[in-house]
Amino acid sequence: MSTEASPSPCRILLLFAHPSQARSEVNGVLFNAAKQHKAVTSVDLYAEYPDFNINIEREQQRLLEHDVIIFQFPIYWYSTPALLKEWQDLVLEYGFAYGKGGDALKGKHFFCAVSAGGREEAYQTDGFNHFTLRQLLQPLEQMASITQLTYLAPFALFGSRTAKEEHRITQHSALWIKLLDTLAQGELDISKARQLQNLTCYFDEQDLHP
Amino acid sequence: MTGYFLQAFIYLLAAVIAVPVAKRFGLGSVLGYLIAGLIIGPVLGLEGEETNAIQHFAEFGVVMMLFLVGMELEPRALWNMKLRLLGLGGLQLLLTSAVITGIAMLAGLSWQVALTIGLIFALSSTAIVLQTFQEKGLQHTEGAKGAFSILLFQDIAVIPMLALIPLLALPELASAINETASQSAGHGDSLVEGLPGWLYGLVIIASIAFVTVGGHYLSRPLFRFVASSGLREIFTATALMLVIGIAALMGLVGLSPALGAFLAGVVLANSEFRHELKANIEPFKGLLLGLFFITVGAGIHFATLIENWVLILSITLGVMVLKALVLLLIALLFDLKGSNRWLLTLSLAQAGEFGFVLISFAAQNNVLATDLIALLQMVVALSMFLTPGLFILFERVIMPRYMHGSGSRQHDTVDDKGNVIIAGIGRFGQIVNRLLVANDFKTVILDIRSEQVDLMRQIGTQAYFGDASKPGMLDTAGIEQASLMVIAIDDRETAVEMVKYVKLAHPELKLLVRAFDRGHGYRLRQAGADYLISETYHSALEMGAQALRSLGVHPFQAERQKHAYRDIEAQQSDVLYEAWKDDASGERFDNNYRELFMELQQLIDDALKSDLHDNHSKRRGWTPPPKGYAEEQLKNQND
Repeated sequence: MSTEASPSPCRILLLFAHPSQARSEVNGVLFNAAKQHKAVTSVDLYAEYPDFNINIEREQQRLLEHDVIIFQFPIYWYSTPALLKEWQDLVLEYGFAYGKGGDALKGKHFFCAVSAGGREEAYQTDGFNHFTLRQLLQPLEQMASITQLTYLAPFALFGSRTAKEEHRITQHSALWIKLLDTLAQGELDISKARQLQNLTCYFDEQDLHP
Repeated sequence: MTGYFLQAFIYLLAAVIAVPVAKRFGLGSVLGYLIAGLIIGPVLGLEGEETNAIQHFAEFGVVMMLFLVGMELEPRALWNMKLRLLGLGGLQLLLTSAVITGIAMLAGLSWQVALTIGLIFALSSTAIVLQTFQEKGLQHTEGAKGAFSILLFQDIAVIPMLALIPLLALPELASAINETASQSAGHGDSLVEGLPGWLYGLVIIASIAFVTVGGHYLSRPLFRFVASSGLREIFTATALMLVIGIAALMGLVGLSPALGAFLAGVVLANSEFRHELKANIEPFKGLLLGLFFITVGAGIHFATLIENWVLILSITLGVMVLKALVLLLIALLFDLKGSNRWLLTLSLAQAGEFGFVLISFAAQNNVLATDLIALLQMVVALSMFLTPGLFILFERVIMPRYMHGSGSRQHDTVDDKGNVIIAGIGRFGQIVNRLLVANDFKTVILDIRSEQVDLMRQIGTQAYFGDASKPGMLDTAGIEQASLMVIAIDDRETAVEMVKYVKLAHPELKLLVRAFDRGHGYRLRQAGADYLISETYHSALEMGAQALRSLGVHPFQAERQKHAYRDIEAQQSDVLYEAWKDDASGERFDNNYRELFMELQQLIDDALKSDLHDNHSKRRGWTPPPKGYAEEQLKNQND
């Protein structure tokens, strides 16, 4: 279930993990939009490995062929769905992604595109969830660090359970496409993208400081 | 005898040439038949006096068609559409006949004659319309459903009309034409003539009850008896006997054979023999209807037409415009939207084959004068001839316009969503079926063993008796609309033949086939199956994994070994298949293949073993970093 990206200054690998796509209101829209993008190879992991029998060789090959790696998933218990965790456990092998001779991912960029059920206010130190989203995703940030990936801020939609009713998806999807475009053309300001709390604010700041 | 052959040959030849050509040009088969008739009749003059006789014979095609239409409708579905039937049908018949009667009276005809003409023109052509709907795949649109309700109502209404027309007889015509009296005596092969009214009613009720109850209770044992003989042609004979018998019975009691056949069809709609019956009747219906259309074409008298062409043409167009207007009004009243409104309006704007029946009946009963009869017949025939043109107008001009606005598509409720045909409902097919049905997919199940079909029906699975290896059977099971077919029949040779045929005739259809063993699987693959599975492979693998678990291997490890086995098998299957294909000419598994097979076994052994005993296993996954990793990390940090 993947569409191959065409040669472009910056090739993007979108690894999408959603175990319940029939119920999806946000991620499905983003994933389908990304499928149309020429620079993006979109992989529906749950469609490709419904039995969790991940083909390590093929997944590593995919990583080698791209410059930007995106994990797209709905947050489950402050982390990735099981298959995406399984993917990390299997694909990011010693000698490939880390350790002696494990430089395969060096210099590539990585970020998470996630949806979270809670409101942004809940993801604060004094909020209901006690940590910010960026803090909660720190295991992935450290994964990126040890595999020499450049970690960018997550592209997150909060309050995703009511995003449809509140008509926020169209705007979010437009931002998503704009982000993919900017990435594909290699025009993303990396140092800015690393520092943000949420990549959805990237374009606001750009507009404020042209 | 030679004369008959010659005539038959001319009819068939005309059809064989004209119909495919018409179809190629997108005109539909009905227009093809009509043109064929036109060519052998008025143009070349090849047809003789027999046209009329043939037409009566060919009208039986309409009876068969209604039998088939009835089989599409379960009694409950029929009951559910009663409102539409009475509303749409009743209104159309009432309005159209009232308006035409009024106009005819204004033209100076007596009210009796005017009413007869009104009734004749109110009817539309079931034969042309249903045939065209089917051909163009329109039968599930709202417009077509409305049209069908109207046609059904009309076909039922023919019966009271036949009763009414004799009452309209004109005394001056009756006395003038004596010979028609003898004709009408000959016409009535009727048991009920001369019976008092109440007894007549009783006979009618009894025969309808006989058809319904008999169809329900007697047909099943009969079909089972015939099916168990395994003789194909006897089943065909039984199907024909059934339809002809009902037509005869209805004729004897003075009812419409078409209605009787329709009723029998409805009764048999739930029968497990439904698809097999359809497959057997369908070719006869097709041919007879074709013949009927040819006779309509052949019946157009150019001489009369040319003589009165202004009058005939203007009456025809007038009638069609009028009918269309009434239909449009009804479509508006019943809130049909978009293209459906126009489909209903245009599809039924012609007069129909029952018009011919009413005309000749009215003639026999001295209601219509001879010159008027010729005129009316021309109008009916011409309007039928023009109908395919209206369908083309609908398809080329109106449909495209509504295709752009996505609004109209939503109103078409398509009943057949992703139909799946399952051939063979044994141990294997049952599981496949249950999984599909539980996920709301519609399946059509065929099995050649009638005991098995009975068994399935007892446990609430809708299975049909039928030979899925027969192309006609697959057509009636809806292979045109199907997106998938599962073949799980026991006979290996037949399964291979079926795959070959289906892939040839319906290359788009996905074919999922059960193989018996490796060799059978290769043959199915060669025949073009999209997906195949050996019936024992997965269960054996599962059993193997359970054996490992029982022997104390960790369940997850057992699961991984199973996956490994499956992966290697899948990787090697292409190589083995190619080797088999090269060797298949001679003995089934020759040396080269055997070597490759052993190699596969060895590969599997190696992969599974290494995982168990070797720390640097070839099977990857969850491999921890090497022992010195922690120290390596510290060193890196200090650098």
